[in-house]
Amino acid sequence: MSRRRVVVTGVGVVSALGRNAREFWQSLVEGRSGIGPITQLDVSALRFKNGGEARNFNPAEHFDQKQIDFLDRFAQFALVAAREALKDSGVELTPELRARSGIVTGSCVGGKITEDEGFQNLYLLKKPRVNPLTIARSMGNAGASHISMETGITGPAFTLSTACSSANHAVGQAFRMVRDGDIELAITGGSEAPFAMGNLKAWEAMRVVSPDTCRPFCKDRRGMVLGEGGAMLVLEPLEAALARGARIYCEIVGFGMSSDAHHLTQPSVEGPARAMCAAMEDGGLKPEQIGYINAHGTATPANDPTEVAAVRAVLGPQAGRVAISSTKSMHGHALGAAGAIEAVATVLALKHGILPPTANFTTPDPECDIDVVPNQARRAEVECALSNSFAFGGLNAVLAFRRWDG
Amino acid sequence: MSDELIRRVISCIAASQKLPEEKITIDSTFEELGIDSLDGVNILFALENEFNISIPDEGAQGIRGVRQLVEALEKLIPSNGPADALAQES
Repeated sequence: MSRRRVVVTGVGVVSALGRNAREFWQSLVEGRSGIGPITQLDVSALRFKNGGEARNFNPAEHFDQKQIDFLDRFAQFALVAAREALKDSGVELTPELRARSGIVTGSCVGGKITEDEGFQNLYLLKKPRVNPLTIARSMGNAGASHISMETGITGPAFTLSTACSSANHAVGQAFRMVRDGDIELAITGGSEAPFAMGNLKAWEAMRVVSPDTCRPFCKDRRGMVLGEGGAMLVLEPLEAALARGARIYCEIVGFGMSSDAHHLTQPSVEGPARAMCAAMEDGGLKPEQIGYINAHGTATPANDPTEVAAVRAVLGPQAGRVAISSTKSMHGHALGAAGAIEAVATVLALKHGILPPTANFTTPDPECDIDVVPNQARRAEVECALSNSFAFGGLNAVLAFRRWDG
Repeated sequence: MSDELIRRVISCIAASQKLPEEKITIDSTFEELGIDSLDGVNILFALENEFNISIPDEGAQGIRGVRQLVEALEKLIPSNGPADALAQES
């Protein structure tokens, strides 16, 4: 089977950095962090108080009340991001194209807010029953299903859940289905709404969340900061995009996966390195072509030096020239949506020739001795970029993109 | 450092890590006991329940052995001193 070239023709984002891709990019370029006090729920009983909330997201602007009853917040993010990406692509979904299009989404925790509400009713308020929509709202594939129903897309649709790598695994599968000719268009990405007390308490107990902000690659980094949101990309074969005169953001050229077979939470150097190598090999890329990496960059003590070591192992001398930034410093760690939000950041970086920074940067860490684009965005026309996601459980997924010069 | 506190900490570690108590002494390091970072948060959880206290992340980081852990707990166990707190708990 011949491999088709695949391009990104539409993007949509809801995040701590705004209601859409335009606001998202503006914040990234300004290096402005969206991390702040969590306002959706009372966090007085939590050791951490900050998060990357989609503060300006108002469901009533997007859905009528009847629809909202059927949509957990994570599915709302998926649907709103998908609508934006589809509109942005300008593609017309004809009946033929709908039958030949697919949807692949990622989510790590699914409808936790809905579940929490049910558990509160059951265990705290001692009510004898929960909302009958609890299952339909909280299922991990709710986002994909709603996108399918709203767009009328009837090709393959599914959801992947691989913790923090969910969205990268999703985009990678969608990319391969388009490349292999299984489908003619994909809406793919991820969404997450983790700000439910039960879930936040679980993160607190793991002791990986920073009490203040997210400072990737800094000596004084104190852990991750949770984020929420959704991001979707429209992928099409290059030929179809050219034929309809679509605006092309960039080409998606490679996808690589690996597993550490090592530890539930401790990262390894080898696993991530093998996933980066696999993505580059899949895209036929050499180290010298990689100019930017959107890092996994969680700002936990363990991740950052391990990731830098993996980048060095893969790129060799090119590691001294590559720019690597963690945009989690601005939008927080959106778990199963992280890969999609960061893929959009990477796609926009290639399109605009500007690399988003690692915000909140204070003191360099000798163990993370690499160019992390501290605090200030940088103009740079790079040819190719990688976007890394490494999940708890040692599951790694890396996407590779190439600038489109038209 | 009270013997009672040491005994309860060792007992907590043993129960949480499914280790025989006699393998654990006040001078054991986590490395010797094969305790990694994820095991560490499990032990902290067990101790928080055992003593009904909250152990801050900052105090918990950098603890590498049983003695350090007992010392950190002494500071956290409430007001009228470990002996009284222990008496109340038991």
